[in-house]
Amino acid sequence: MNKPNERKLTIARAMAEATAQEMRIDPGVFVMGEDVGQLGGIYGNTRGLIEEFGSERIRDTPISETAFIGAAVGAAQDGMRPIAELMFVDFFGVCFDAIYNLMAKNIYFSGGNFKVPMVLMTSTGGGYSDGGQHSQCLYGSFAHLPGMKVVQPSNAYDAKGLMTAAIRDDSPVVYMFHKSLQGMGWLGTEKAATVHVPEEQYVVEIGKAKIAREGKDVTIVGLGMGVHNALKAADRLAEQGVSAEVVDLVSLVPLDRETIRASVAKTGRLIVVDEDYMSYGVTGEIIASVTEHNISALKAAPKRIAYPDVPIPFARGMEQFCLPNPEKIVAAWGEMAA
Amino acid sequence: MAPTRDELHWMYRYMVISRRFEETIAEAYFEGKTPVFNMANGTIPGEMHLSDGQEPVAVGVCAHLKPTDVVTATHRPHHQAIAKGVDLDKMAAEIFGKKTGLSGGRGGHMHLFDANANFACSGIIAQGMGPAVGAALSRKMQGKDGVAVAFLGEGAVNQGAWHEAMNMAAVWKLPFVCVIEDNAWGISVPKDAATAIANNADRAAAYGIPGHRIEGNDPYKIYEVAGEAIARARAGEGPTLIEVETYRLAGHFMGDAEAYRPEGEKDALFAKDPIPAMRARMLEDGSASEAELDRIEAEAAERVAAAIKFARESEEPAPEDALTAVFA
Ligand SMILES: Cc1ncc(C[n+]2csc(CCOP(=O)(O)OP(=O)(O)O)c2C)c(N)n1
Repeated sequence: MNKPNERKLTIARAMAEATAQEMRIDPGVFVMGEDVGQLGGIYGNTRGLIEEFGSERIRDTPISETAFIGAAVGAAQDGMRPIAELMFVDFFGVCFDAIYNLMAKNIYFSGGNFKVPMVLMTSTGGGYSDGGQHSQCLYGSFAHLPGMKVVQPSNAYDAKGLMTAAIRDDSPVVYMFHKSLQGMGWLGTEKAATVHVPEEQYVVEIGKAKIAREGKDVTIVGLGMGVHNALKAADRLAEQGVSAEVVDLVSLVPLDRETIRASVAKTGRLIVVDEDYMSYGVTGEIIASVTEHNISALKAAPKRIAYPDVPIPFARGMEQFCLPNPEKIVAAWGEMAA
Repeated sequence: MAPTRDELHWMYRYMVISRRFEETIAEAYFEGKTPVFNMANGTIPGEMHLSDGQEPVAVGVCAHLKPTDVVTATHRPHHQAIAKGVDLDKMAAEIFGKKTGLSGGRGGHMHLFDANANFACSGIIAQGMGPAVGAALSRKMQGKDGVAVAFLGEGAVNQGAWHEAMNMAAVWKLPFVCVIEDNAWGISVPKDAATAIANNADRAAAYGIPGHRIEGNDPYKIYEVAGEAIARARAGEGPTLIEVETYRLAGHFMGDAEAYRPEGEKDALFAKDPIPAMRARMLEDGSASEAELDRIEAEAAERVAAAIKFARESEEPAPEDALTAVFA
C-alpha cells in the first residue's frame, strides 16, 4: 500500500485530519471528552484541533461520561454532529445507559423522526500491561446491542475515511481504535498501521469488509489488531506453501457477511481472530454467519482465536499468554489441516 | 486533637517510606524504557501513577485507622496502601507482576487488594465510593466496629457514582468518610475547568453532613480534621466529607510531559514539598531530634529496599495462571 514519496499518517493523525476537515465545512461538528483539548487526546486523535477550532468546539469535559455522552445524544438530536470520546472503552460501565438506551434507541423510539448523528470514539486493546480495567476490547458487547454502528480501522487510510463517514452518518457510530495501532510510540505501535493517506477528504463505507490479502486455502477473519496478526500469520503460512486470505471486517455493525461467505466459499476453511472475549462474541457470530448460510461451505471445523473468558491480567507473561498472536493462528491452521 | 509525638513519628515514617517507595519504583519503571519510551517494555510495564507530594493525606487519615477499618483507593493508590498497612513486600511484588504479589500479578499497580489490611482499589474514577459505602453499611448492619474511608481525586466528584454514594451514606448515616485529594489536576484538565465550585467541602451541604476543606497539604491539620470525622463515624453520627489541598509532584502518569502545567508551577510545588516541610516543623516544635529523623529516614530506605529486593527476586507467575482465580 505504501509508495516511496507518498505521505504516510498514523491512525491518530488520520482521525484528527478527518475531524478537522469535516469541522471546516460543517459548523455543527464538535468534539468533547476528557483531555481532548490542550492535550490533544491521550491517544493524539484530537491533536492540533483546539489550536484551530478553539475550546468551544474542542471541549474538555469533567470526568462525567454519563453526562457528556448523554449530552452528545441531546445535541445530536438538536442538529449538531458531536464527536464524544470515551477515553478507554473499559469505562463504558459508568455511562452505558446513555449509550445503549439513549444513543442507540432514540432513532427507533421516535419512529425515525429523530436523528442521532453522533460519533462515540473510544480506545480498545491491551498488550502493554495496563491491567484489566484499561485493556479490553468489548466491541462484541456494543455490537450485540441494536441501534449503533460499530467500526474499527486496522490502518490509517481506513481510519480517515471511516471517521469522515462516521461524522456524516445520521445514525450513531461507535468508532473504536486499537491503542497499539495509533502510532503513539509509548504504546508500542504496530508500524503496518501507518500508511499512505490522501490529503483530500474521502469516505470509507461503513458496513463493508475488505480483503486485506488474497488467498485460496484458508480465510482468516479479524479486525483492528487482529488483521495485523492475521497478515503476519499469512506470511508464515506462505512459507509453508499455504495461501491464506485475510478479511478485514472494518465494521462489525453492519457486518458484511457477504464478503466473509464469499471468501469461505472459495477457501473452504475459516479461522477467526479476535482480541475480545471468546464467548458470546465476534468469533461466534462470524462462524454462525457462515455455517447458518451454508454448512457445506466448510471442509474443516472452523477455528477461533480469541481472548479467553477471564479478566485481563497485569503481569506481562500472563497477558501475552492470553492474547491472540500469529503463532496461535499458524497453530490453528496446523490443527485444521491435520 | 493534635497528633502525639509518637503519632508524628509514625506519620513522618510512613510519608518517607511512601516517598522512597515511589522513587524506587520510578527508577525501576524506567529500566528498559530508554532511549525509547514504550509502556509495554521494561521491568514494570503499563501505566504508573505516582503519589509523590500527596503523602500527608494518606498518613493524616490512616493514623486514625485500625487494620479492621476499610479503605478504598484509586489509580493512584501507593501512599494510601502504605499508610493503611498493606504488606509492602507483596505490594512491591504485585507492581512488578510477580507470583508473590498481592494478587499473584493479576492486578498490577492500579488494583492493589489486601484482605488483611481491608484495602481495595479501582482504576475507574469514583468507583471506590460504592464499595466503601457498602463496607460501612455492612459494619452497621452487622453491628461490627469499623469505619470505611474512600480516597479520591478532586476530578472524581463529577462522576455520578460519587454523588449517589455520598447521598446514600448520608441518608443511612453510615460510618463513612470521603477524602478528596485535591491536587488541582485531572490529567491535563485543571480543577476550575471541570468543577463549578472551588471548594468541594461545600458539597457536603447537599447531603446535610459536615464538610471540611484543608489548605496547604498540612499533615497536622489533616490529622486533626480526619480524627474528628473518624471519631464521628465511629460514634454512629454519620459520614463526613473532607477535601485536602495537596500537590502532585509527579506527572499524571510516568512519561507525562506535563506541557499543560503553567511555567514555574512545578518549581513552586517542589519548594513546598511536604516531607522536608514536616521535618523542619518537627525539629522546630521539638517533637523530634535530628538523630531521630535521620534514623526514621534510614529505616524507611531499608524497608523499601527490602521490599523491592523481594519483588525483584520473586518468581514470575506461570503464564497459564492467568486462567485461574476467576471464581471464588
Ligand atoms: C470513569 C473513568 N473515566 C476516566 C478515567 C481516566 N482517568 C484516569 S485518572 C483521570 C484523572 C483523575 O483525576 P483525579 O480524580 O483528580 O485524580 P488524580 O489523577 O489527580 O489523582 C482520568 C480522567 C477513568 N480511569 N475512569
